[in-house]
Amino acid sequence: MTQNPSAPHPSAFTQYLRAFTGLLQRDLYVLRRELFPFAVRVCMNPLLFLFVFTYVIPHMSGGAAMNPTAALAGTSFSTVLLPGLMAVAIMFSGIAAVALPLAQEFGVTREIDDRVMCPLPVPAVAIEKICFSAMQSVVAAAIVYPLAYYVPATPPTTHVTSWPFLIAVVVLASLTAGALGLTIGTTVKPQQIGLIFGVVVIPITFLGCVYYPWAKLGAIPAMKYGVLINPIVYMSEGLRASLTPSLDHMPPSMILLMLCLFLALLTWLGIRGFLRRVIG
Amino acid sequence: MIVEIQGLRKVYEGKQRVVAVDGIDLAVAEGELYGLLGPNGAGKTTTISIATTRALPTAGTVRIAGMDVVASPAQARCAIGVVPQYNTLDRACTVFENIHFHCRYFGFSSAEATVRTRQLLEQFHLTERGTAYPTQLSGGLAQRVQIARAIAHRPKVLFLDEPSAGLDPQSRLAMWEAVRGLRQEGITVVLTTHYMEEADSLCGRVAIIDHGRILVEDTPEALKASIGAQRVYRLDLHQCEAIPTLVERLRALTGVTAVEATESGARIYAHNADGLLSEVLQAASPYGLRDLTIAETTLESVFIRLTGRDLRE
Repeated sequence: MTQNPSAPHPSAFTQYLRAFTGLLQRDLYVLRRELFPFAVRVCMNPLLFLFVFTYVIPHMSGGAAMNPTAALAGTSFSTVLLPGLMAVAIMFSGIAAVALPLAQEFGVTREIDDRVMCPLPVPAVAIEKICFSAMQSVVAAAIVYPLAYYVPATPPTTHVTSWPFLIAVVVLASLTAGALGLTIGTTVKPQQIGLIFGVVVIPITFLGCVYYPWAKLGAIPAMKYGVLINPIVYMSEGLRASLTPSLDHMPPSMILLMLCLFLALLTWLGIRGFLRRVIG
Repeated sequence: MIVEIQGLRKVYEGKQRVVAVDGIDLAVAEGELYGLLGPNGAGKTTTISIATTRALPTAGTVRIAGMDVVASPAQARCAIGVVPQYNTLDRACTVFENIHFHCRYFGFSSAEATVRTRQLLEQFHLTERGTAYPTQLSGGLAQRVQIARAIAHRPKVLFLDEPSAGLDPQSRLAMWEAVRGLRQEGITVVLTTHYMEEADSLCGRVAIIDHGRILVEDTPEALKASIGAQRVYRLDLHQCEAIPTLVERLRALTGVTAVEATESGARIYAHNADGLLSEVLQAASPYGLRDLTIAETTLESVFIRLTGRDLRE
């Protein structure tokens, strides 16, 4: 009998790192085979949304009455939508990459039991899910940007003042989305996972300052402050602040702080739920 | 001892408090093929789950190759291979990829993982199935892939939880062959089962477990010999009220070592004595003998002797 040929006694850190990389490689490998469904999933919602609200309606005769652009006093609606739809794509990738597969792995197939037997601490298995999901979110955001730029009849006004801020927002938003997916996937019973679209995804999208800037909510104070518990708000506002700064937006420091807080909170809740599910 | 379990207890608190494991001590030596035999719900799976870091004990310790599974689960997992009761193969990957990625998780380089995977596929006669997906496999094949995957990282101990549950007889024999083969490789095997034939034919040592406790532990031969009889006669009667009288009469027969009353008749433990069958028949016929079965003593007889119940009840 020989030991594992590469290293008979690797240090604990090396062992964890290899297992973590192995899990990530496996997930990327499987995703590579499902690139087309991945692309369709990412594109369909923003594409249709942009097509109807920023192309079809502005082209309608007398469409002005229905045109949300009019309500936003001169700012093109496409400029409002660009960061918002990127935020939705980021958030939705977290749900689709973590919450939905987890429901299957916890439920029918119990595949998760095998992943948990990897030689690394169980919370790291959960963190790998968050990282993998965040990678998908970044790609999704990058796919949505050109759509939101080229589909509308009037292109949005974009301008990046600080690249480090943009990168920080995208990375934090993507990780937060993964952590949200983990929390949902471990909290909701596998049989009820279908309900999360109606109960969680749609409300947090519509109340997430995706289709309107937070700064314009002044007329409805209850909503202006109520939505602050919604992590999507900071994703949309963060992208607004970094990509379309001509629109009013939240202060950048507040956005980064809240994204970090939500990332910490959702990661903690997600790992706790994960441990409860897999360790009896 | 490669597996050491001491004072293991697991209590599930809740509306209904369940004591799944109630003070189990056991030790398995390197290279042994050890069996936990008991009915469903006896605590076998819980014991295995704790030993494989998948559940936390309420009390007691488990050490695998000297490592405490609660204190350092990630290290202990390197020494453990597990085949759970249900199929946990990665449905999104082929058979080859399942084993390959498993090796990667355990630190093999890509080239080493490929070599190891090819070797295992050959060893378990799965080479032709390398490109199949788990959903395309029969239960027996999926089980073999799971065993191959579980030992891919060369663990010291392999835990098999109810390995033949749901397998047809032919697949079960193939699985037994595979498990015996592992022993020749020096892997220690701990398996749970509620099939006494499986424990008898595979295991070098067997612990009979019920209600979370080990009732008795020894080699299958010694356990069967402990009955002190080679045959078990089981009588079913029409007249159940006469059972106590009959039991007394049967006890007096030569060659009979013990008689127990059952719900519908009696169970007789006896040596291989000439003419005993006709004497038993004579004694029982006045009470309306309905049925008579004769069997060699098995591990099931041991279980029945200890608990008064069948393994499958």
